[in-house]
Amino acid sequence: MRKSQPQNEMLKGTLDMMILRTLVSSDAHGHTIAKVIERTSEDLLEVEQGSLYPALHRLEDRRWVTSYWGVSENNRKAKFYRLTAEGRKQLVRETNRWRQMTRAIGLVMGEEGGAQ
Amino acid sequence: MSWLRFLHRKRSDDELQDEMESFLAEEAADNETRGMSPGEARRQARLKFGSTEKVRESLWMQNSPLALTNIGRDVKYAFRTLRRTPGFSIIAIVVMALCMGTATSLFTIVRSVLLRSLPFRDPDRLVVVYEHRRGAAANAANFNYTPVATADFYDWRSKTHGFEDMAIFRYGAYNLTGERNELPESVRSAAASWNLFQLLGVKPALGRAFIESEDRPGSTATMLTWSVFQRRFAGDPSIVGRQVHLDGRPFTVVGVLPSWFTYPDAGIQLWVPYKADATPDLLQHHDWHQSQVIARLRPDVSLASALAQVGAVQYQLHLQYPHDPVAEDVAPRSLNEDLAGNVKKSLNLMMCAVGCMLLIGCLNLSNLLVARGATRQKEVAIRSALGAQRATLIREQLTESVLICVAGGVGGILLSIFATRLLAHAWKDLPTAQGIYIDGYVIAFACVLMFVAALVAGLLSAFSTTGKTMMKALQTSARTGASSVSRTALRRSLLTAEIGITVVLLVAAGLLLKSFMRLRSTNVGCITQNMLTLQYSLPGKKYDMPEKVNAFNEALLERVRALPGVRAAALGNTVPGAGYWGDFVFTVKEHPPLNPDESLPEAVMRWADPGYFSALGIPLMSGRFFTSDDRGSLSYKVIVSHQLASQYFSNDNPIGRHLHVPAHFHPGAPNDVDYEIVGVVGDTLYQVGKDSKAAMYFPLLEGINIPQMLVVHTASEPLQFSVPVQKQIASLDPELPVSGVLTMDQVIGESLVNASLSAKLVLALAVLSLLLASVGLYGVLSYLATQRITELGIRMALGAQRDQLLRLMLVDGLQPALFGLGLGLVVSFAATRIFQSMLFGTKPLDPVVLSSVMATLLAVAILACLAPAWRASRLDPMQALRSE
Repeated sequence: MRKSQPQNEMLKGTLDMMILRTLVSSDAHGHTIAKVIERTSEDLLEVEQGSLYPALHRLEDRRWVTSYWGVSENNRKAKFYRLTAEGRKQLVRETNRWRQMTRAIGLVMGEEGGAQ
Repeated sequence: MSWLRFLHRKRSDDELQDEMESFLAEEAADNETRGMSPGEARRQARLKFGSTEKVRESLWMQNSPLALTNIGRDVKYAFRTLRRTPGFSIIAIVVMALCMGTATSLFTIVRSVLLRSLPFRDPDRLVVVYEHRRGAAANAANFNYTPVATADFYDWRSKTHGFEDMAIFRYGAYNLTGERNELPESVRSAAASWNLFQLLGVKPALGRAFIESEDRPGSTATMLTWSVFQRRFAGDPSIVGRQVHLDGRPFTVVGVLPSWFTYPDAGIQLWVPYKADATPDLLQHHDWHQSQVIARLRPDVSLASALAQVGAVQYQLHLQYPHDPVAEDVAPRSLNEDLAGNVKKSLNLMMCAVGCMLLIGCLNLSNLLVARGATRQKEVAIRSALGAQRATLIREQLTESVLICVAGGVGGILLSIFATRLLAHAWKDLPTAQGIYIDGYVIAFACVLMFVAALVAGLLSAFSTTGKTMMKALQTSARTGASSVSRTALRRSLLTAEIGITVVLLVAAGLLLKSFMRLRSTNVGCITQNMLTLQYSLPGKKYDMPEKVNAFNEALLERVRALPGVRAAALGNTVPGAGYWGDFVFTVKEHPPLNPDESLPEAVMRWADPGYFSALGIPLMSGRFFTSDDRGSLSYKVIVSHQLASQYFSNDNPIGRHLHVPAHFHPGAPNDVDYEIVGVVGDTLYQVGKDSKAAMYFPLLEGINIPQMLVVHTASEPLQFSVPVQKQIASLDPELPVSGVLTMDQVIGESLVNASLSAKLVLALAVLSLLLASVGLYGVLSYLATQRITELGIRMALGAQRDQLLRLMLVDGLQPALFGLGLGLVVSFAATRIFQSMLFGTKPLDPVVLSSVMATLLAVAILACLAPAWRASRLDPMQALRSE
């Protein structure tokens, strides 16, 4: 069963940001992107496939990523996604917004100097 | 969404499946490295991924224009539901088609006649200018707009500068004979000042328009209209420059007007210059009100100031000629209004009737939809319990009603193409009948109408079916099958409204019809049965002496009277009921002179031969008729109507007194003359539906040459005599054309065309609405009955009698019908006041009309209630109970 518990349900809009982030270092296909997010979040976050692909298409429609078919590390055919220049800018914007947000929430929750 | 993905949706979807496949393969490979068997690895991967279908679906949705797919789906669904209930669908579509068809046809006509401007250059700046009597407004509407006297016009034109140009024209008639001895033909003509066509911006199709030097007495230039050019000259362009004979004189055709040019009406066959056949005398008269003036406003001048100038000139003329009927002021009318004036009112009435009909159609459709919604209530309730959104349900119902309206609308447009042709044909006397056709605007109007109707009907029914008490509906429908109270109330009020509007329509139609029948049976003051009329006018060139005119007239009378089966024959310039034909002022010699401010009395002018009154059966009140002595030389005798006698000789005996009449209307009189009154005759109506006017009759056989009307009183069917009488004319003068061969009934009928058409159209609309209302009533009651089957079954099982059930159902159905009747009557009282002026001898609260409308509607309502009620009362209780 999927672990769609409230505590690891993703905040709205953050999935797009995290996908863009995983693509900063290198191009990746869907499976890698999901794995990277899960691992780097120490398995706290699980990417639901039901939202991964719509998100990827959405990012592509907005020209923040482009896609191409390539061969995965396991020698399988896979669709790779690459960050565009516009996507990079978007990631910076999103990240800033996210920082402000978490700091604000942190302040409200009484954490010294925000949650950094 | 992305249009690219939408357009390549299949490819995009295939790619996605490949992508997901590779994801699963990667995940399975990962699982295998963790030591699972390949099968288990694959299974776990799938489990973790979840439904690929769901991903596909959500992406499919993401890449679709949302509304579009939904509409497609809704239409399909609605189409399926409609096909499941063909009876309902057909009724609904037919109802809509009828409504739409009528609405579009009528709109076409109103648009063609009232709204579309004539194809002249800058038509907005064209106005028709009339003389206007300030005090006359109160008594008679047609005296507000008096035709213009020729001399007044020339003063207007030369002394004012607010109008770019002004032109004048008047009607006339000519005997048209060709070069090669073709049959003579009497044609209607118009004489126009040379600048008319230039002012209108009309270029002749062939040749040229008149030039200034042609607009003089004795001019022989003529322009043909397209219709006579085609009909008589076979469209031969060489006619331009050739000669035609008008009243025996050769005229040169200078041009042919374009085919669309039917101004001022389609009956005009040719044009001559205004002064061509006018005597110089006539051109100087300020009391010869025979002409129409059309003016083009200068772009930098306001209509008000341009008219004020003309009005000032006119007021000067009024002061200058105190004894002539010179109006004090002028009044404008736009060209369209001028042409449509006479039919505007009935067209407006028609539009109201159509509006009512559309409303009935709309109510009917919503009623049917609401009733049907009730039978589908359980389905809707279940779906809504399963989480269907209310918006979705409403959207579905709306789609359904839109579908019905579109189907009905398409049918309606086809219907109206047919109906418009029929109406245009029936109404071919309308000034702009040629322009009646369905065009893009009308179709657009129909489409808007269609969607408004769909929206109203759909929303009404949707809101009632998808009400908030879903669960309650589910419970009650499961238990008793009864519909909720609010829904029944809605259905009832729809039904009430529908019947109410039908009452209004029926009352209007009934009143118009009754008033038309009154008109039909009006006594015009003379015998109308077995009367034949026939018109001719002797060409002045050939009949240039009074003796020649008299010789022809008397010889004709003698020969016609000798025909077997002819009771009497007479000559006059017109007959009662055939129209106004002008009036004249007079003074009574014996009475003290009027003070100069007072306007002179006027009376309708008639000419009659000695046998005229007895042939037509107009009674002699006192004195004598004309005798054969009142002819030949000028005898200066006059016969007056009873109305004239009582108005101007209240207690005196008018016989032997004298009427003083200006001389110029009598071609033979040297000076102003006094006419001795020799007789008083009964009043006649000049037109059915108009008040009678004082009349004076002059002796025709004084040798005056005016267009003549021969009246023949026959022993049997009058039209049988038309050929023998025409043969007599041909034997006297083979070149003389005749026209207006009509029975007296037809003559009077002419003036009834408008009234009869309005009455027939409104009646048709009313019958249609009655039909619609009964269909609505029947449909709704049947549904109500099916709804209550279980309830009725229980009642029967508990011992209710059949007649009790019948009564129950009847009361249920008749209640809204009675409410509707009452409501309709109240509205009718208010509404009929609007068209009171169109009624003749009929009061808006006519008891016969009201009671017959009530009776008809009540009968229809009872019949519509009875059938389903009877069926319900015949139910087998066991079956009724089992039907759930």
